[in-house]
Formats: sequence, C-alpha cells, structure tokens
Amino acid sequence: MKLGVLFSGGKDSLFACWKAMQHEEVACLVTVISQNPESYMFHTPNIHLAGLQAEAAGLPLVEMETAGEKEAELLDLKRALLEAMDRFGIEGVVTGTILSVYQATRIQRLCRELDLWCFNPLWHVNQETYMEELISSGFRVIIVGVFSCPFDASWLGREIDRRTLDELRRAAKKYQITLTGEGGEFETFVIDAPFFSRRIAIEEVSRVYQNYNGVLRIERVELVEK
Amino acid sequence: MILVIDLCYRDGSLSRDEFVGPVMRTLQEAGAQFAVRHYAAVSAPDLEAANAVILCGTALKDTGFMEHPGRFGWLAVFERPVLGISSGMLTLAGAFGGVAEPCPGIGMTDVRVIAPDPLFDGRETFAAYELHEFAVQVPRGFIPLAVSDRCVQAIRHRSLLLYGLLFHPEVRSEWIIERFLRLAEPALSV
Repeated sequence: MKLGVLFSGGKDSLFACWKAMQHEEVACLVTVISQNPESYMFHTPNIHLAGLQAEAAGLPLVEMETAGEKEAELLDLKRALLEAMDRFGIEGVVTGTILSVYQATRIQRLCRELDLWCFNPLWHVNQETYMEELISSGFRVIIVGVFSCPFDASWLGREIDRRTLDELRRAAKKYQITLTGEGGEFETFVIDAPFFSRRIAIEEVSRVYQNYNGVLRIERVELVEK
Repeated sequence: MILVIDLCYRDGSLSRDEFVGPVMRTLQEAGAQFAVRHYAAVSAPDLEAANAVILCGTALKDTGFMEHPGRFGWLAVFERPVLGISSGMLTLAGAFGGVAEPCPGIGMTDVRVIAPDPLFDGRETFAAYELHEFAVQVPRGFIPLAVSDRCVQAIRHRSLLLYGLLFHPEVRSEWIIERFLRLAEPALSV
C-alpha cells in the first residue's frame, strides 16, 4: 500500500515513517507549514528544513502553507493530501500521534472523507519503550523548542541521548509531563534516522528564549555523508 | 491465559501497534497473562488454552475480517468470557446473527449506561473514544448495556460473560478492560 507520512521534522513523525517503511511503501512525506507559531495541529520550529530532511531520506515532499487558524488549517492539510494522492497515488496516511485524541480525531475524519487508510503506529505507545527504541535504532534527535518548566535555555540544542533521556525521565516524573513531550512541553528535530542516506550537520543556530519558552532556529545546515 | 486476537488486515500489519498494542499494554499493566494471535492463525489449541478472549479493533477502512465469518464460528460455542472491541464487537455479534449496519463515529462520545451490569457498575455516563464505520443490531440472546446518541455502544449476552463494546476502552477508558479482567478472573484462575 502506498502511504504518505504527515511530517513535521520531529521525532514522532519520522519514527512513524520508519515503522511504516517496515510494513508498507512510503511514497512521500506531507508537510503543512503553519504561519501560526501556536498552530493547533502542526508544530513549527524549523519546518523550513523539511525539504532537507526529505532529501536526506530520499523521499519526495508535498508541502502546503497554511495561515494556521484552528479549523482552516485542516482544509490546507486536505489540499496537501489531495495533491499527494494525485502525484504519488497514496492510499493511506501515517501520523506520529501518540496520545492526542484531538489530533487523531481530526486526521481520522479527514482520511475518511478522502477514502484514505489512516495509520498511527505510535498510538498509546509505551513512551519509555518508544524513547529507548528511538535511540537504539539510530535516530539522532535534538531539542529545538521548549515551552514549559523545567525546560530552560540549556535544553535547546541538546541531543536526546541516554543521558538526556535520564534527565527527561526525572523531569517527566517530577512535573507530571509526558516523556515524549507530546503535550507540547518541547519540540524536536531529527538530524539522522536509520533510513537517511545522509545526515544533517548543523552549522549555525540562533536562540530565542524567555521564561521556559524558547526556540532554537537552525540557520545554516548541510547534508553530509554518514 | 487471555487470548488477544488481532483482527487487522494482515498478520504483523502496520495497524497492529495501533489496535492491539494499547490493549496489550493495558493487560501488561494489570499483570494479566496473555497471548496474541492474528485471526487467520487462531488454532484449536489456542482456543483450548484460552480462559478468555479479547477481540481487538481495526482501522476504519479495514473490513477484511468481515469477509471471513466462518473463522469466528467458535465464538457461538466458546462460553468463556469474551470482550469484543469495536470491530471485535461486530465479530462477536456476527457470530450470533447480529447484522452490521453503517453508523460512522470518530472521536469522543458520551456513553449512557441503560442496563445494570458489573462492567459499568457505579457509572451512569462516561466519555469514550469511538472509531467505527459500522454499528451492530443487537443479536438475539444479547441485551444492550449502553448507548450514545447514535449507536448502541455496549452489548452483553444474557447469561454468559460475552461483551461487545463499540468504543475503544483502551483509549481513555482502560478501567473497563480492568473490570473485564476482574469479571473474567474465575475463568482465568481455572
């Protein structure tokens, strides 16, 4: 079955993509670029690098811009999926949704409207197992956005390795947040994945941070051999 | 031992983690012993070893399991506790003559308990996550236990612990699976 993966550049969508590749044919990535930094459906830091990640993965990318207003952005996602159906013949959609019933409901409804299969391979996953598998299977993920306590500026740019995962565990326990950051506590960017033919080397970044709210903007990058 | 049956379109499919995984996780957290089989691979020894069965859900577009009603004939004579979730409810009801009818539902819905039963004891209403293309006519020998505005959400056999739930209890209503485990406990300790 040919599938399109809803793609944000973060760990969940790329891990879901990897899962999908083990069962079906991933025909393209689909990205909706929200102009609204508080987008309800699509996260935003560094989405401008989606094309580079797609290139690293060797997959075509369908990109669609949205103003990012609550329900209107679903119409933009619909346009993106229609384009993916037209250009790549996708029969289904893959998402990296873990716990959000809000997000799952909207995507399921849209898929039904478009007569597409809908796959959520991380749905209600054991988050501990998932994060371990993410690291052990060769994903390299950095934190590019922090949006709640205790994530201060020191977290921006950190790679999620075993040491960071230990700290995330402690933070998750103490502050009752999800280990994966799916509640929007932090956002991630994938610089390498098991299916990337090249990895992303970050050469220049800028930070905007204030009071447990900040973004690491990746200014200059290049694809390098692995 | 609980036999967890995967009704998805293929053994080891991309849907398995979504529809079987969360049920497995709830059982693990409850300390229950279980084995998972795809519906096309369920054998007579699997059924003999099972003290209870959970039939899991499927993706909305996944109706392959409905094309093989003969594979589920054993449900009509199984007599041990069964929990059919969404597509699993259709399968259970289908084994007793219950006909599926189009009734799509996606998202959170309010479920109202309409008949007393230990599965929902102490709850008159609760919110549940639904994801279904069809609902089912209550088959003979079953009673409706709970409803939403549009569909029958839960059924039970009149005398056996055979339950069908249209919603997905593994999403935000795990307590119902835990209740089922407690109700099935006498069978599980045999």
